[in-house]
This record gives sequence, C-alpha cells and structure tokens, in this order.
Amino acid sequence: MHPAFSVLIFTVASGAGYGLLALLIMGHLMGMTQLQDNTVVLTAGSLSLALITGGLLTSTLHLANPKNAWRAFSRFKTSWLSREAVFAILVYPFALTYLLSSWASEELNLLTQLAGILTLILSMMTLFCTSMIYASLKTIRQWNTSLTPLNYLVLGLMSGSLLLVTVQGLVQGSAAQSLQSLALLLVVLGASVKLIYLFWIGKPAGSTINTATGFTQAKVRLLDAGHTADTFLTNEFGYEAGADKLLRLRAAMLVLAFVVPFILMTLTSTVMMLIAALLALAGLLVERWLFFAEARHVVRLFHGDQAT
Amino acid sequence: MKLGLVVDLDTCVGCHGCATACKQWNTSGTIGPLSDENPYGRDPNGAWLNRIRTYEVDDSPNSKTVNMPLSCMHCEDAACVTVCPTGASYKREEDGIVLVDQDKCMGCNLCSWACPYGARELDPDQGTMKKCTLCVDRIYDEKLPEQERKPACVLTCPTKSRLFGDFDDPDSEVSVAVRERSGKALMPELGYNPTNKYLPPRNKAVVQTYEVDKSVIGTLKSWANRVIAR
Repeated sequence: MHPAFSVLIFTVASGAGYGLLALLIMGHLMGMTQLQDNTVVLTAGSLSLALITGGLLTSTLHLANPKNAWRAFSRFKTSWLSREAVFAILVYPFALTYLLSSWASEELNLLTQLAGILTLILSMMTLFCTSMIYASLKTIRQWNTSLTPLNYLVLGLMSGSLLLVTVQGLVQGSAAQSLQSLALLLVVLGASVKLIYLFWIGKPAGSTINTATGFTQAKVRLLDAGHTADTFLTNEFGYEAGADKLLRLRAAMLVLAFVVPFILMTLTSTVMMLIAALLALAGLLVERWLFFAEARHVVRLFHGDQAT
Repeated sequence: MKLGLVVDLDTCVGCHGCATACKQWNTSGTIGPLSDENPYGRDPNGAWLNRIRTYEVDDSPNSKTVNMPLSCMHCEDAACVTVCPTGASYKREEDGIVLVDQDKCMGCNLCSWACPYGARELDPDQGTMKKCTLCVDRIYDEKLPEQERKPACVLTCPTKSRLFGDFDDPDSEVSVAVRERSGKALMPELGYNPTNKYLPPRNKAVVQTYEVDKSVIGTLKSWANRVIAR
C-alpha cells in the first residue's frame, strides 16, 4: 500500500494524543499525587488535544473531495471510518468539560470525574475505530488481524505515557517514579506486540494469483497488464520497497521507537525523557510507514504478484 | 433481480473494445465524466471502469494465453458499500447494481481498498470514486430498441464473449452459460460473493496423430516411400 504521509502523521499524532489523554485521566482520577496538580493536568490535556486536532486536520488532507467530509458521520452503523469520525468529535465536549472543571477546582468533583471517565472511554473507542478501519479489510492480509487494533492501542498508550511522564517531569522538576515505570512497561509491551506482528506477517498465507484468476491447477503468469503508464491501482496498491530497505527500516524503527526510548527512560533526567518521547514519535512514524509499505493488497495478484 | 455479467475466457481475444466502449459511454453517463490526466502525454492516467489483463496459464507446450477483463463484480456481500463512511456507495435493492452517488463521495479511497478486484478508481479531476454502473442508464432506457438495452461493453464485444442478464432467473442466458460451462467466481475465498462469473476456456479438440512404425521393416518402408516421392 502507498504510505500517504497525511495518514501517517494523523495516526501517530492522534494515537499519542488519545493515549496521553487516557493515561492522564486514569492517573488523575485514581488519585496519583503528582497528577493532582492543575498545571500538569492542563498542560498535558492541552498537549493531547493539540496532537489530536492536528492529526485530525492532517487526515482530511488525503481526501480528494473534502467538501463532502461532513457526510462521513452518516454511516455509523456499518463503517468504521464513520464511527471513528463520530467518536473523534464526541471526545471534544467531554475533554473540554473535564479540563475546564479541573481548572476551576483543584479538588476532584463529580463533574470532573464523570467528564473524565467519558473522555477516557471515547478516546480509546476512537483509537480502536481507527485501527479497525485497517483491520476490517479482508483484501489486505497483513492488516486483517486482531494484532492491528492491539498494535494501535498499545503504541498509542506507549507514546502517550512517554509524553505524560515528560510533561509531568518538566512541569514539576522531577519525574514521578510510577509514571516512569509505566512508560518503561508500555515500551516493553509495545516492542513485544510489534515483534509478534512482524513474525506473524512473515508467514505466507491468503489469496494467490491462482485463486484471483480462477486457474487453480496450473502456474499463472502475467503476460501484459494492459496499460503502458501507471494507473490509480498501481499507484495506490503497487507500492514496492526493496527488501533490504524494509529490513533497514525495521531495524531503525525498533531502535528509534523502543530501544533508545527505553534506555533514556531509565535515566532520571527530564530532558532525556523529552528526547525519548520525541524519538519514540519519530520511530512510530517509521512504524506506520512500514505498516503501509509492507501491506500487500490482493489487487497486486492481478498485476502479476504470485502471492500476497 | 440479480443483474451481472458473464465473461467467456475461451473466446475473449483481449482487444480492449469493451473497456473503450465503457469509457466512451460512461464519460457522458450518470457518473461522468471519466477524467484523464495527461491524456496525450508520456504517462497518461485516468479513470477506467474495466481493465483487461493477459495471463499465461501453465507451461509450454500446454500453456494457454488467457485475456481477462475485470470490472465491478456487483458482489452480493459488497464490502465497498459497508466501509463507505458517507453513504455514497450503495447496492440497489431491486437489481443488485452497486453504484456510487457522485454528490456524496468525499474521495477517501477506502472503498477501493476494500475491493479485491480493483474495480474502483478515483477520478483524478473530480476527486470522486468511479466504478462500473452496469450501464444503468442504458439497460432501463425505454427509448432505446430492446436489443440495445444492454451494457456498452456487452454490445460492443466483437467475439460475443460478454453476456448480460439476471442471475436470479435460472433460464436466463447468463445462468445457463454458468451452469453448462462451469462458470467461476474470482477469489471466492474472500467471501464477497461476486455476481459476475468467468467461463473457463474449453478443452482443445484432440488433434489426430499417427503411430510411427519403428521396426526395421517400417523404417525401410518409410525410407522407400520418401525416396519414391522424390
């Protein structure tokens, strides 16, 4: 699949935003002492909303006919993209209520708790719906797996936890031990989920050129694709990166998104944590790029691929 | 009703006539235009609703060249309709034709991702998704003579390799052809239940061959025959 840059930015930024928001609310409502600070809540909350909003705005860039984008809320019953749009918009009133109510009173009150819990649920729902857009496509076996939503949720929470401990550390001068441990745990979890995914997609499976053409008892080869220049189909689905490039990027992704952030996170310096968070976000951009570049749509079979 | 096409892979010669007739009709039809980008340049690119590819099946000397036109299969379980967030993609209750409402499409490409057959292409100029309409603006047009109320690709095919009809009617031309020639669906394992079917090439008639007599007398005889013939 062709990795559209707007979608990469969108999923990484909004994933981190929803992860940050969810973890912030969880810690705040569960009474974590360091998170009872107004400044931390408002800074982290605003940062998460900025990431989410920026991501959502970027996502509209890949629409070819954005004047009809408002119609995307209309098929909630069947379309994961529609569900994502609805939940993404629903998060805002509750998140703003939660932040305003936290700003108005330092004490946890019922409004803060109620709005917080709803924001937390809706954030995770939005992130889940985003992942299901990809996971529901039977045409792309590398995406059509429960590992896809797991990846999106865990990596969103992971980047969110790195941002949360960084914001808390920068505002209060020293990072909370518990947030630091949570970030370390989520980095390990994220790396394991990603490694499982990489092993899983390596196994050959799915449709072949034989089932695509209906000739299942003999070898089938493409003689002529019927066009001399690129088409919409070859541009969208024919993306091909060299095997060594993919391997190098996989290594870079694992180092940038997981290994280096883990090492930096073990240090107590908040500056190092900031660097860790930024590196992880860069690593996740590579991860998202690979998620697209390594996904092979079955239309490729009609263009001569033997298997997906 | 379950309207759809049958393509005969035995007789299709891969002339691209169906694709050209389709483009000609539909560019001024209900979903038109079908725009092109750089149509007279080095790399022309544009929306086509039907594409023909050529395959070689099996190895020489048993190989066969097969031309395979591919357009929308008007699937019974059309994932392109399910994933559409705007409601632009829909499947008609009355005849099963899958269409895109050009006034609602936002050009997110998700339906083209959900389609395994590459039947949907984004119009580079309009920014909306285009796909086969089964010439819905022809087949119901009562101003046309009855024999012309068929999709443009079917009417134009010089080898009559394309059949159009109602798959719900067991006696229709398409149902009979699929039954008698074991018509196949493509990628049935994905479970989209495509309506269009493909008729596999017929077995070639066996060419008569003669036993060669390899005994000494036989060799001598054939040598004598050749010498006399000269």
